Amino acid sequence: MDFLNAVVAFANFVFVPGLAYGAQLAIGALGVTMIYGILRFSNFAHGDTMAFGTAITILFTTAFIGMGITFGPLPTALLALPFGIGATILLLLGTDWAVYKFYREQKASPVILVIVSMGVMFVMNGVVRFIIGVRDIRFADGERFIITAREFREMTGLDEGLAIKTTQAITVVVAFIVMALLFWFLNKTRTGKSMRAFSDNEDLALLSGINPDWVVKVTWMIVAALATTAGVLYGLDKSFKAFTYFQLLLPIFAAAIVGGLGNPLGAIAGGFVIAFSEVTITYAWKKVLVYLMPESLEPDGLVQLLSTDYKFAVSFAILIIVLLFKPTGLFKGQSV
Amino acid sequence: MSTTVRDTALFGLVAVLLIGTGMIQGWNSALLILNMGLISAIMALGVNLQWGFAGLFNIGVMGFVALGGLAAVLVSTEPVPEAWQAGGLRIMAGLVLGALTVVAAVQAQKRLEGRTKTIATLVILVGGFFLYRAVFDPGKVAVEAVNPAVSGNLGGLNLPILLSWPVGGLLAAGAAWVIGKTALGLRSDYLAIATLGIAEIIIAVLKNEDWLARGVKNVIGLDRPVPYEIDLQQDPGFVERAASLGLDPVTASTLYTKMGYAILFTIVLLILLWLAQKALQSPWGRMMRAIRDNETAAEAMGKDVKGRHLQIFILGSAICGIAGAMMTTLDGQLTPGTYQPLRFTFLIWVMVIVGGSGNNFGAVLGGMLIWWLWVQVEPLGLGLMNILSMGLEDGSALKDRMIDSAAHMRLLTMGVVLLLVLRFSPRGLIPER
Repeated sequence: MDFLNAVVAFANFVFVPGLAYGAQLAIGALGVTMIYGILRFSNFAHGDTMAFGTAITILFTTAFIGMGITFGPLPTALLALPFGIGATILLLLGTDWAVYKFYREQKASPVILVIVSMGVMFVMNGVVRFIIGVRDIRFADGERFIITAREFREMTGLDEGLAIKTTQAITVVVAFIVMALLFWFLNKTRTGKSMRAFSDNEDLALLSGINPDWVVKVTWMIVAALATTAGVLYGLDKSFKAFTYFQLLLPIFAAAIVGGLGNPLGAIAGGFVIAFSEVTITYAWKKVLVYLMPESLEPDGLVQLLSTDYKFAVSFAILIIVLLFKPTGLFKGQSV
Repeated sequence: MSTTVRDTALFGLVAVLLIGTGMIQGWNSALLILNMGLISAIMALGVNLQWGFAGLFNIGVMGFVALGGLAAVLVSTEPVPEAWQAGGLRIMAGLVLGALTVVAAVQAQKRLEGRTKTIATLVILVGGFFLYRAVFDPGKVAVEAVNPAVSGNLGGLNLPILLSWPVGGLLAAGAAWVIGKTALGLRSDYLAIATLGIAEIIIAVLKNEDWLARGVKNVIGLDRPVPYEIDLQQDPGFVERAASLGLDPVTASTLYTKMGYAILFTIVLLILLWLAQKALQSPWGRMMRAIRDNETAAEAMGKDVKGRHLQIFILGSAICGIAGAMMTTLDGQLTPGTYQPLRFTFLIWVMVIVGGSGNNFGAVLGGMLIWWLWVQVEPLGLGLMNILSMGLEDGSALKDRMIDSAAHMRLLTMGVVLLLVLRFSPRGLIPER
């Protein structure tokens, strides 16, 4: 019984939150890795792209709720998501046309494009603040829990409860659908195959008649969809704040690099690696250990390896370790 | 137009902008902008050393600036003897143990082979971590319990605050050495992410380690290298002199202290600028640019690329640390919560790119010019919005929205300026020569 309690406590405080956070990071990292693979630069504006997509989605959510349209037990934001994605696609295609295209045609070095993306980051950050301000916004509605801690305790008779938030379940389901779609697209469709060819060897791809403009356009559209989805899922699970999204850049990049930049499978693995390490290292393990250890050995502290404020340090430490020992990431990534 | 004339004209433009600010918004605001502009120029010099000379992509400027601020606190505040008694030695012992653990792990990595290496490193790291926590934690708790409302930290050395400027540089240089040792071998965009992460970690440490500099409880009322306004106002000689210039004592005293800061900052800027110019024109500077332009060729010529990169990374970071200590001195307080990467890292990058990377004068110009713009965008934006929304009736939602949004103009403007310069004048206002 104690063992079961420990398992439930672990699932409640570590596994379920880690899984949801990992899924959000993974979708974010997929966007970063797609840009790196095909456009060949690290996009610093990705966090702000996520914030933009989420901001538009929030506006549509508010409008829908105002019109009385809701999604039953599910958050209304899911209905608004396609509109957010649409707006973000327009924004990214516009940015590419106005900014990035010039440097691509010049064949500017990747580091110049990174600096350019810093400029885009400033602009997008400003635009998001124009649109929605700097407040903390919660926009999740519908049922809050699939199962609450109390229901779980009554159902099983255990001391520990397992609460699963609707948003956590939605995150995992949506992430699974998004990843399945993306891999189907990359592996089975003609455009997807040409994108992979372009990523592997640009010259050969051009030689075999692949239209680079089309590949770039499709990439931005996919990135817009991924960024908006990741942003909305993160915002539903926690809350929306422009500055937090900017800070997500670090764990997202850590995930993409740990997995191997340019490798979609790696981005997903990296997302979960980063998320679970952050959660396990900053979690106070006392709650789980009291069930597993005999009473005399019970820890008196919280058994927390690092305080939660150091979660950046965790993603960063993993990043450095992986880079020092496996410079192209866990899965083989590209290097320019 | 010859280049010298052009450069002088650009600096003249900055002077005109500052004088204009003085005439329209008052000399106090103009001096305020000038002081922070001088500090920004020094930060830009540091980044220019790394990016312009050596092509190192450091976006962890914020971290080094914050370390400089920490130096200001550690050097100038008074020590807290009760805190030292309560747990000071324990904390120091803990830190030494932590450092020894890292050194031992690095040595194990170097000396051992194969599986023993992995196991030994893991054992050292895990064992060292728990040992460190066991020694350090009780000390930290004891120190932070000492009178938390006013101190709760170990305090500083009670030395003159001017001394903290070089110390800030040293602190930043030390951090840069550790970072450079681990991360400089990485590719440019990996180095960027690594430095971005380290800056966040430094800020997290400053926010959470209350025993060091009181964390988010902030340290206020730091010493000043210039006299206090209130003392000046009570000095009959000063009041008399102010009156003879036709100024009332309050205005005169605020201007006097700000002028004092401006002179101090200008001296530091000129020294650093002179050193940077000497470095740029020396064989060392030429070697740096050769390494930047073609690492392989430089290496083939027998240049120690990694060593030189480490050297310039440390130098550039030290300059940012000095600027950080100067800024905290000017503010008179250390508030870790206010350090944000957009303001302290990316804005400095805008300064360097707009001013002209690879040219020290360009960096200084960029620092002063962009800082002026950063401060003035808000009032200018508000004016613009007022004009644009003139046709709308008062109280309409759109008008309120437009006027509110003026507060967010800064970031947008900086982004647009950066993109425009990159597109139409990629080498900046005063390009490398």
